[in-house]
Amino acid sequence: MIAVIDYKAGNLTSVMKALHAVGAHAVLTSDPQQVMRAEKLVLPGVGHFSATAFLKEHGLKNAIEERIRTGVPFLGICVGLQWLFEGSTESPATPGLKVFAGLCERFSDKLKVPHVGWNSIQVRESRLLQGISSGAFVYFTHSYRAPVINSTVAVTEYDLPFTAAAERDNVMGVQFHPEKSGPVGLRILENFVRLA
Amino acid sequence: MSLTKRIIACLDVNAGRVVKGVQFVDIVDAGDPAELARRHAEAGTDEIVLLDITATHEGRGTLIDTVERTARQLYIPFTVGGGIRAIEDAAAIFDAGADKVSINSAAIARPELIDEIGSRFGAQAVIVAVDARRAKTDDPVGDAEVFVSGGRKPTGRKVIDWAKEAESRGAGEILLTSMDADGTRAGFDCELTARVSEAVQIPVIASGGAGTADHFANVLTQGKADAALAASIFHFGIADVRELKEEIARRGVPVRLPC
Repeated sequence: MIAVIDYKAGNLTSVMKALHAVGAHAVLTSDPQQVMRAEKLVLPGVGHFSATAFLKEHGLKNAIEERIRTGVPFLGICVGLQWLFEGSTESPATPGLKVFAGLCERFSDKLKVPHVGWNSIQVRESRLLQGISSGAFVYFTHSYRAPVINSTVAVTEYDLPFTAAAERDNVMGVQFHPEKSGPVGLRILENFVRLA
Repeated sequence: MSLTKRIIACLDVNAGRVVKGVQFVDIVDAGDPAELARRHAEAGTDEIVLLDITATHEGRGTLIDTVERTARQLYIPFTVGGGIRAIEDAAAIFDAGADKVSINSAAIARPELIDEIGSRFGAQAVIVAVDARRAKTDDPVGDAEVFVSGGRKPTGRKVIDWAKEAESRGAGEILLTSMDADGTRAGFDCELTARVSEAVQIPVIASGGAGTADHFANVLTQGKADAALAASIFHFGIADVRELKEEIARRGVPVRLPC
């Protein structure tokens, strides 16, 4: 069972639908007990970084950390990826999970923000992005960007390069929305669902 | 490569059927929104917008059903507009599988609706649709006025001011329709689109007047639009989306082409 963690920050219908389309048994939950039982975790997210405070307040953060430590595959999407970093200037008082080093920062004011639409990714070897070539297009919608780090496995440019996907062992995250990125996105979700 | 310009197909829906372009009588039977949306997505359309053009009280149930059916096979961004007056309306549309809602008259009537939907579902989920008509003044573009109720009612509000207010209230995008150009297939209103796009930091989707690949290329360059939307020209094979995007790319505009 895949637990899709609902932290009341928007609409998760599309994520559930896409996971079901690739054959996953996915359950939407805000219950730490269910997180402890899940074989895989997905942390979706649209909206404000401060919404992730819900995770700590409801015991989900501890449960997620515990599961990650035992090797359970974890996929963060959009704000779910940003939460894996140390934090975001969008909400300095809300710490991230600190799996990845660095802070997420707002795009430059000289750009159209949010960064909305289809942009291409340059990919490195990755379990999550297996079968996806550099130049593939995926759909983004976000105003804050994660820095490029050692664990970055896909880079996208919007003025400056940022992390489109990061992966370290069982912890993975994508800034784009695989559930909205056509066949490329479904392939990525399928890769995650099939991880042993 | 950088962020590409989006080509968006709009489905105008009435009582569960796509209705625009009814002059093409023989093909109007193909007007099932779910089927058309799926085909557009397969052909490379970047996004789908479904507009409930009647938005009557009785029609709401049908709309939710249509949204559900359309969303079921769609894995690209999906926006729904028409008759969204309260946050509960938006919530029902999101539950049915939409990613964004487009609000128009209701936002003019009660601008706080933008803040409310944005703070609950995120700014990326709120598109403010602005129906604009050029003014009969010395600055017809700068003084362009917002119309509501399907373009029938003037509001006395300037398009540029309203777009800025929508942005400050947390809209994620502006969908700008030129009432002057709409239905003409003579090209988008590039001048108006550029003025609005320069006035706000959020992306602007141009609508109204699409007829040829040149029109799209123009509004995405001179018109400074981030995306361009068209309705009827896609539905009946007048412009195949794939071919249209190749044509636009040939004019130097970055678009997403299938690998």
